[in-house]
Amino acid sequence: MANLSIIDKLKRSKILDLLQEGKRIDDRALDEPRPLVIDTGVIPHANGSARVRLGDTEIVSGIKVQPDRPFPDMGDKGIFICTAEILPLAHPSAETGPPQPDVIELARVVDRGIRESGMIDLSQFVLEKDKSVIGLFADNVITDHDGNLFDACSYAAVAAIITSKIPKWEMKDDKPVLIENQESDAPTTTIPVSVTMGRIGEFIIVDPNLDEWGCLDARITITTNSDGNIVAVQKGGSDGFTFEQLVKCSELSVAVGKKIRDVIKQATEGGK
Amino acid sequence: MGGRETDVVLLDENGIRSDGRKVNETRKVTIKAGVLKNASGSAYIEFGGNKILAGVFGPRDVHPKHMSNPDTGILRVRYHMEPFSVGERKNPAPSRREIEISKVVKEALEPAVMLEKFPRTAVDVYLEILQADGGTRCAALDAASVALADAGIPMRDLVCACAAGKAADALILDVNNEEDQAGQADMPIGYMPNLGKITLLQLDGVLTTDEFKKCIELGLEGCKQVYEIQKNALREKYFSSGDND
Repeated sequence: MANLSIIDKLKRSKILDLLQEGKRIDDRALDEPRPLVIDTGVIPHANGSARVRLGDTEIVSGIKVQPDRPFPDMGDKGIFICTAEILPLAHPSAETGPPQPDVIELARVVDRGIRESGMIDLSQFVLEKDKSVIGLFADNVITDHDGNLFDACSYAAVAAIITSKIPKWEMKDDKPVLIENQESDAPTTTIPVSVTMGRIGEFIIVDPNLDEWGCLDARITITTNSDGNIVAVQKGGSDGFTFEQLVKCSELSVAVGKKIRDVIKQATEGGK
Repeated sequence: MGGRETDVVLLDENGIRSDGRKVNETRKVTIKAGVLKNASGSAYIEFGGNKILAGVFGPRDVHPKHMSNPDTGILRVRYHMEPFSVGERKNPAPSRREIEISKVVKEALEPAVMLEKFPRTAVDVYLEILQADGGTRCAALDAASVALADAGIPMRDLVCACAAGKAADALILDVNNEEDQAGQADMPIGYMPNLGKITLLQLDGVLTTDEFKKCIELGLEGCKQVYEIQKNALREKYFSSGDND
């Protein structure tokens, strides 16, 4: 998509014109995310799952929990791994094959937000120190792409983790053995919420849709925890932010994050 | 979050860090411009224990051809760690971490480089981490800017970079490897001082919104110090006959 098509250029000028009047192309306020719908428990074969719609972006996140070897330098903690894949049916430009840098970044940013918040108490996932631990895998697939995959994937993964059930294993003869019918809730400590903002000219918009995404100068994803502290940041895009813009973004991420957290809480209460 | 347990005292009672620095002090930074014969531009940086080579090629033909853009030149960045650059041997194949860093460093440099002057061409930036000691992406970005300028590629500003973070409950400038492993937060920042634009920003670790603000301000101070060193490196290569001999 190296060449900006004439349609994109026209769209950009339309989007900019609207922003001058304080409006967005889909009638939202600048600091207003798209409607968020979360269904949990949608994949019974998974240990936890969620389908999230953020506007017209749709994600299915599935959690698989299974025994694994710990990372060499982290023998006293379980494993958490988060992936993301844009399925070929999600968008005409989506292709199969090895993951492109933007998808690798997506998975790593979603992973970092959850990991750095300490959401999952991985110290409870140790079966035998340095030898055997429980791994929690959060695999996110994008089924419909209408921009801002960062937040949609993050909400889906977080909702799936909160509602997941952790099976019980015990070590017998140096091997983890599954104890049937002894599941427990996932050991979670906080609800991380990522808020992605884009800058177009001087304007900062929350949760850009795909049309807006195509004309961002720069973007930033800020993840906050339940205490309203910042736990992860990722700036992207081919331009920068001023210090004042970043301060504004940090305030927006806390305010918007609080509302999103309430939606996630409500959607996951039944599942827990 | 919280960091790993460690025996190292990250901050002693006198406010001195594990490597003897004060909280608002960077490690020693030296940059030399024009260190490679074949590259269009190059730089070598030592940033504390980090040792990094940057080489720039171009503007030149784009291969594969479909990547070229008739409206502007493109920037390509490869950040790569040598197998011997870290404690345990690193697999030389590019990891997901390296691919992500390549992308964020590219996006940090793009606002500075006047690529629109070179449509249908590519500028390639190769960043080779010979030794890693925490903060490699910032150091690599510093070297990349100098190498781009050394290649004579028109730029709006140099991008300078330095991390800030939090360890032992104190905000610290230029997070080293130990502080990254055991500290509470690490925030790499890239900055164009003349334009007042922050072009690289990442964070992992917990900060209040107030600390977030202060952490950026602290990091920007480090960036500005590096900026002077970058400019001196270029001065030394191109104007040394007058001033420095």
